[in-house]
Amino acid sequence: MITIQGKGVSTGIGMGPLYFYRRASAEIKLRVIEDVEAEWQRFKDAQATAIEQLGELAEKAREEAGDDAAFLFETHQMMAEDMDYEESIEGIIKEEKLNAEIAVSRTSDQFAEMFATMDDSYMQARAADVKDVSSRIIAILCGAQQGGIASDVPVLLAADDLAPSETIQLDKSKILGFVTSYGSGSSHTAILARTMGIPAIVGMGDSLKMEYEGRQVIVDGSTGAVVIDPDEETRARMIAKREEQLAFQKMLETLKGQENVTKDGKKIRVYCNIGSPEDVHAVLTNDGDGIGLFRSEFLYLNSKTYPTEDEQFEAYKAVLSDMDGREVIIRTCDIGADKQIDYFELPKEENPAMGMRALRISLSRMDFFRTQLRALYRASAYGKLGIMFPMVTSVWEVREAKKLCESVKAELRAEGVPYSEHVEIGIMIETPAAAVMSDRLAREVDFFSCGTNDLTQYTLACDRQNNDLGRFYDPHHPAVLRLIKMVVDNAHKNGIWVGICGELGADLDLTETFLAIGVDELSVSPRAVLPLRNAIRNTDMSEKTEKILDALMDDHTHLV
Amino acid sequence: MYQFSYTIKDPVGIHARPAGLLSKEGKKYKSAITVEKNGTEVNVLKLMALMKLGVKCGETVNVKIEGEDEAVAGPAMEAFFNANL
Repeated sequence: MITIQGKGVSTGIGMGPLYFYRRASAEIKLRVIEDVEAEWQRFKDAQATAIEQLGELAEKAREEAGDDAAFLFETHQMMAEDMDYEESIEGIIKEEKLNAEIAVSRTSDQFAEMFATMDDSYMQARAADVKDVSSRIIAILCGAQQGGIASDVPVLLAADDLAPSETIQLDKSKILGFVTSYGSGSSHTAILARTMGIPAIVGMGDSLKMEYEGRQVIVDGSTGAVVIDPDEETRARMIAKREEQLAFQKMLETLKGQENVTKDGKKIRVYCNIGSPEDVHAVLTNDGDGIGLFRSEFLYLNSKTYPTEDEQFEAYKAVLSDMDGREVIIRTCDIGADKQIDYFELPKEENPAMGMRALRISLSRMDFFRTQLRALYRASAYGKLGIMFPMVTSVWEVREAKKLCESVKAELRAEGVPYSEHVEIGIMIETPAAAVMSDRLAREVDFFSCGTNDLTQYTLACDRQNNDLGRFYDPHHPAVLRLIKMVVDNAHKNGIWVGICGELGADLDLTETFLAIGVDELSVSPRAVLPLRNAIRNTDMSEKTEKILDALMDDHTHLV
Repeated sequence: MYQFSYTIKDPVGIHARPAGLLSKEGKKYKSAITVEKNGTEVNVLKLMALMKLGVKCGETVNVKIEGEDEAVAGPAMEAFFNANL
């Protein structure tokens, strides 16, 4: 038994024979050609076949992964028929009288080299695209098969790393998992594995050896362990672990349609965070009670210019209609800080996290804000809408935003455009100022939602983009949790509800704390809904609440 | 000849995707369409040469459209740059 370690990037346990991905690395022999026209035609035929194959791959990619993935192959198509590329190949065949394989291979090296020496890392990476296209043409010229899986049984697929054109054409039914020498959590292999729901382990380096081919292997995507020729005990342990994972998944499925209620009868709503209308599908399949945060930025980020009122209206309406009466809270545009958009032409700032962002931009550019609010109110006729303002620090900001809402409603009324009179207005609590002023702010709105990522950053004075801060950036810090408690208490005194829509909402270590504090709603990514529901249903708060609250006011280290 | 200069607004510059779109657009016309940066002029149909120009966000290029349909192709290309780059 040999155990080697990599980095797990897609969870699950896979067992089966290890199989190394075969590339069509046909040996290229140099030949001198007599009939150069025939050789040129042979290249033109192979080029046409490559373009046809790439077209099919583009279609396949479009179905599996969308337009962006498809465009990669369309770019490859254009490279295959690039005039300079073709000219270079033609020169080698017709003037040097060499065979097409050599002509493509030399041209490929030359163009790849050209990209590799550019001063831009993105362009350097395009060298791989030129090589990918060229090896496809060479494979066609040699009559070689492009890397299939020549096995009757499903395998654990090993490779150095897989190119997108390779992953897309694999027979997915034959793959139990991936093991690669290189790559990262964001490489194509990792993304594909997570979509397929199978394990993937990357970054094995030299420890992944060809000699393991064909041997029985177990991979554990949660730990990154790869075990070759496992002994009986290991095998039994991994089978048990796999069964446990499957059973847990199955158990989670049974929670669909169940209430989010503790053993002692405490209820909490579990909503979802989404970033585009397509995510609604995931909300519904994971049985989210509603949408606690719909980030409207996608409309602005995916556009070359300000999205029109109608474009926005259609997107909001789609989500509200699809959610079929369940609550949908849409956050008004939250750009600035780490999200920059060119056409906003925001001036450069020394410290954008504390600069012109979110509601501050909306209130400074009323026309743009009015367009978004009109679209939102028009959409309110199609479901249960909540509107939420980000980055609030003062009461006057909320009043100004609400005033604009009233003016938009009056406009729509005058135009005879339908809208709902029951739209809830809320604010994000993500600055210490908003938390401290929550007693006053609670009189202005219908709900609060704590954005814990920013609240942590601003409370602890820790830049969330700075990975070096390590233990200083502690979202479990009692300062953050005490602020949340203060916000909840002030909200409840004024009869409004409070949610949490930051990453902490899904942190199962804090679920009991939030229940103790009295948070009314947790908004999390769709996949986190059922595990969170499970945690809620398995806890009994009757004896814990007091202890947790005491600990919170006492000392961080005593926090349960 | 139709000519205009354009400052790239796309944050990624003329990378693979925008270059591909530009090549595709250029194929629609009979005119020769070229993009020039710092004295190097490239036909937009030559995708790899276009990428090799390495045009970044904020840089200015001169675009020339010359040929029988330049009266149509010129404004169309200008609109294309404004919308996509």
